[in-house]
Amino acid sequence: MAATAPALTPIPSRRTVGNVQRWAWMFQRISGLILIVLIFTHLFVNLMTGDGVSQIDFGFVAGKWAAPLWQWWDFALLILALAHGGNGMRMIIDDYSHGRYMPNILHWSLRISCVALAILGTLVIFTFEPCPTGVDPSILPSFCADL
Amino acid sequence: MPSLPTLYRGREGMWMWVVHRATGVAIFFFLLVHILDTSLVRISPEDYNDVIASYHTPLYGIVEAGLVAAIIIHAFNGVRIVLVDRWTWALRHQRMLSWIVWGIFVVMMAGFLPRHLSNVFGGA
Repeated sequence: MAATAPALTPIPSRRTVGNVQRWAWMFQRISGLILIVLIFTHLFVNLMTGDGVSQIDFGFVAGKWAAPLWQWWDFALLILALAHGGNGMRMIIDDYSHGRYMPNILHWSLRISCVALAILGTLVIFTFEPCPTGVDPSILPSFCADL
Repeated sequence: MPSLPTLYRGREGMWMWVVHRATGVAIFFFLLVHILDTSLVRISPEDYNDVIASYHTPLYGIVEAGLVAAIIIHAFNGVRIVLVDRWTWALRHQRMLSWIVWGIFVVMMAGFLPRHLSNVFGGA
């Protein structure tokens, strides 16, 4: 009697998991390539022009965020960097964290931290006040004097 | 030593994988701190200036150089990973590409370090 091979049954959950991983993998590469443009411009403007890191103070930030371009630039950098970094950390937790509770604790800590910082950073960028009252005018950007 | 089959293939590819993870984790934790310190601009300009003043010190200047180094190597090794995944020629030459990544790293650091270190240590 000829032996018959057992019927192969697909594992239902595989496909969903596979698709999530596939999108995460694609996202990591696409966001990484965009981040190269965003981060090196950020580093060049902040560290190579003018006095480099020594020029950075409240007035410098206010001068940059007076332009919507830099607000949106930093917003894109904030969101993509958190998502790219968070996705990378998720893979590292998957690789190294074992046991019953630790992977969940780490995954949720990561999600909460990333979402909280994305909200915080977005609010800071778009509700930014370049000329707050009650502050020593010498540390404010020069254009505040004209208001 | 006989070379036994192992999960670790060694050589450039494995070490670049280690470097990619290590730099990625370091950059991620800096990002968290950086978002928090920049958020001070919304709370108090004086406090922001006090905190950012520490970034101007020589110690932080060296840490920043390390951060930029980590970003450069992570970015261009990331490009290598994309190329190796998409292009058979790059897969065949991935070891050489690892050395090209380090070459780009050396050139960019040579452009960045003199300027950065003179900003940090130059007084002014």
